[in-house]
Amino acid sequence: MKVAYWPGCVSRGFTPELHGSMAKIAPLLDIELVELDRACCTGAGVIAEHNQELADTLNARTFALAQEVEGAAMMMNICSTCQGAQSECQQRLDSNAEYRTHVNATLAAEGLSYETGLTNKNFLWLLVEEIGLDNLHARVKRPLTNLRVGPFYGCYIVRPRERLGIDEAQPRDRYLDQVIEALGGTVIEYAGMRKCCGFPIITMNKEASLKQTGRHLGDAMDAEADCLVTPCPLCHLNLDLQQPLAEKVVGRDLDMPVLHLPQLVGLALGLEPKELGLNRHVVRPTSVIDWSSSVVAAAA
Amino acid sequence: MAEVRDRPPEQFTLRLRRYDPESGEAPYWDEHTVELEPHRSVLEGILQARDKFDGSIGIRCSCRQAICGSCGVRVNGEASLACHTHLDAAKRGARDGVIEIEPMGNMPVLKDLIVDMDAVHWKKIQRVTPWLLAKQPVPEREYLVSRESMVDVTQTMACIQCGACVSDCLAMEVDPGFIGPAALAKAYRFVGDPRDDQQFERLNDLAQDPQGIFDCTHCFKCVDACPKDVNPMGQIMRLRRIAIGDHHIVDENNGERHEAAFTTLVKEYGLLWEAELLPRSYGGNSRFGKFAPAAAKELLSSLPAILKAVLHGKVTLMGALKPHKIPKRDLKSVQAIYEKIESRKERYELNLYITGQDEDEASSAAPVAAGAGAESPAAPTSPEGSANQ
Repeated sequence: MKVAYWPGCVSRGFTPELHGSMAKIAPLLDIELVELDRACCTGAGVIAEHNQELADTLNARTFALAQEVEGAAMMMNICSTCQGAQSECQQRLDSNAEYRTHVNATLAAEGLSYETGLTNKNFLWLLVEEIGLDNLHARVKRPLTNLRVGPFYGCYIVRPRERLGIDEAQPRDRYLDQVIEALGGTVIEYAGMRKCCGFPIITMNKEASLKQTGRHLGDAMDAEADCLVTPCPLCHLNLDLQQPLAEKVVGRDLDMPVLHLPQLVGLALGLEPKELGLNRHVVRPTSVIDWSSSVVAAAA
Repeated sequence: MAEVRDRPPEQFTLRLRRYDPESGEAPYWDEHTVELEPHRSVLEGILQARDKFDGSIGIRCSCRQAICGSCGVRVNGEASLACHTHLDAAKRGARDGVIEIEPMGNMPVLKDLIVDMDAVHWKKIQRVTPWLLAKQPVPEREYLVSRESMVDVTQTMACIQCGACVSDCLAMEVDPGFIGPAALAKAYRFVGDPRDDQQFERLNDLAQDPQGIFDCTHCFKCVDACPKDVNPMGQIMRLRRIAIGDHHIVDENNGERHEAAFTTLVKEYGLLWEAELLPRSYGGNSRFGKFAPAAAKELLSSLPAILKAVLHGKVTLMGALKPHKIPKRDLKSVQAIYEKIESRKERYELNLYITGQDEDEASSAAPVAAGAGAESPAAPTSPEGSANQ
């Protein structure tokens, strides 16, 4: 399956292991990635907060570039925040022909135009809806047996439900659980699994931000998770990179490894931890992986 | 509809959170099985349990038709009106087939499912001066305002003060002093009203307050919790936009600096440069921002995380010192888009709350220029609606 691939900024910046691991697992899942390397940042909601038309036009440009990729079945992203920001802009663009014409007039300078109805899926959605859980399960070489994984969804991929097309028939807010199970792992439920990581206010109210992250990590520890997995690199920044600071705010030792979704999938598909960049996290996933044999097992 | 209502009564088991603070006993769960038609409400289920099995179950309700806002509770962990939630849908959403009903969050429990709205919700509403401060002189007859601006504030006027958004607000969960979604939506009702005289004062107050508009963590919880499509988070984003875009308010919480730094970095490089975003959010939106005392202080406090990130090869020196960029030609196109749109006299916005979808009858309504300052009451005020973030 060929997809127009939008990796986002953070996956090429502070979480390069996300972009890297996606590239590694794509061929194993028969996904051909055509990277949208000409596209710009989605704005993560911040540019929309600044100027709605600007955010809509920048994202319409990305959508138009995706629509130019020959033979691509759809657009795919690996960042919950990108998914949320893009879905918001796309909803406005798809809702009103006159507005779309107005935005396309700006894109015309570059010879681009966005036609309504692009399909844009986060890798998690694509995994479940296009590749399928049975198909995924059949490709598992190293099942995550006994691995207790806490899903951390990130807000932008579960809310608002209506805009993201989440309902009983399409329970996208449960996909992470389903993927963990398909890979042979055990789903650990904990209070914070669909809550906010706190990242959006890290510069505005650092204590509240880190308190959110610290509480979720603590809840996951209390539920005896071995690790968390997230489809959002911004959540990863707060959960992993900032974990040493979050420990101080909530006043407890945390030491909870946090994996990117493609890393968890990659482990189950038989890739080596180092190939997936698991050695590059702030909290090293030593409780997840027996580094000597590269066999997945719960250390505890 | 007739078919739905013809369905015979079924059994539904409710798991109720019980707590009487005056008893000195800890909270506990109580289960009752009621029998009702599936389309009946969770509220009817609770009332039947109270009538049949235990008269001491505490629940507040009045209109039973999603107008009075009295019966806010959490059903299966999410805040909603008990009278506005069907039993069959609640059962399908339950983890183990038992409908779990708890009091709303972020507010103290008075008894069982009744929370103290006065202690939290109403205090916060009072905080935002929830009345019109009319422009002077007051006209002898009625004020004339545009249809769009009235439809626009109607969205926030649809609030029935049920507290569902307050209950599920994730920022308030860690920072109880946060003014919160209901009160800030109420603030927009007056900020967006062209008859109000205090737009700048209201916005400056809410921007400078460390628990004001920049304390919202953008989690969309309030958007989903609201039974009336008020879209509180969307209203908070518009408060930020008008505060920064129209009034150029520079707050003490890094809100304006963060937005300016983010927007500028994407314009300069096409992609976000995280290593530069953080110091600029503290120290100011330029290359020199990182040398400002506020940025240096922040850098120092983050040192434990930064050191580990560098040691583990997560962040490289190159990554921190050099931005990743998009190709030159594309960057020029992106910058041309910025220049064209930012040079407009007024922001151009689509308010789906006013225009609806194309299929709707209202489809002919065109997007309107927005961002009216306090001085131009005839222009519609930054209208974007429920579809907006």
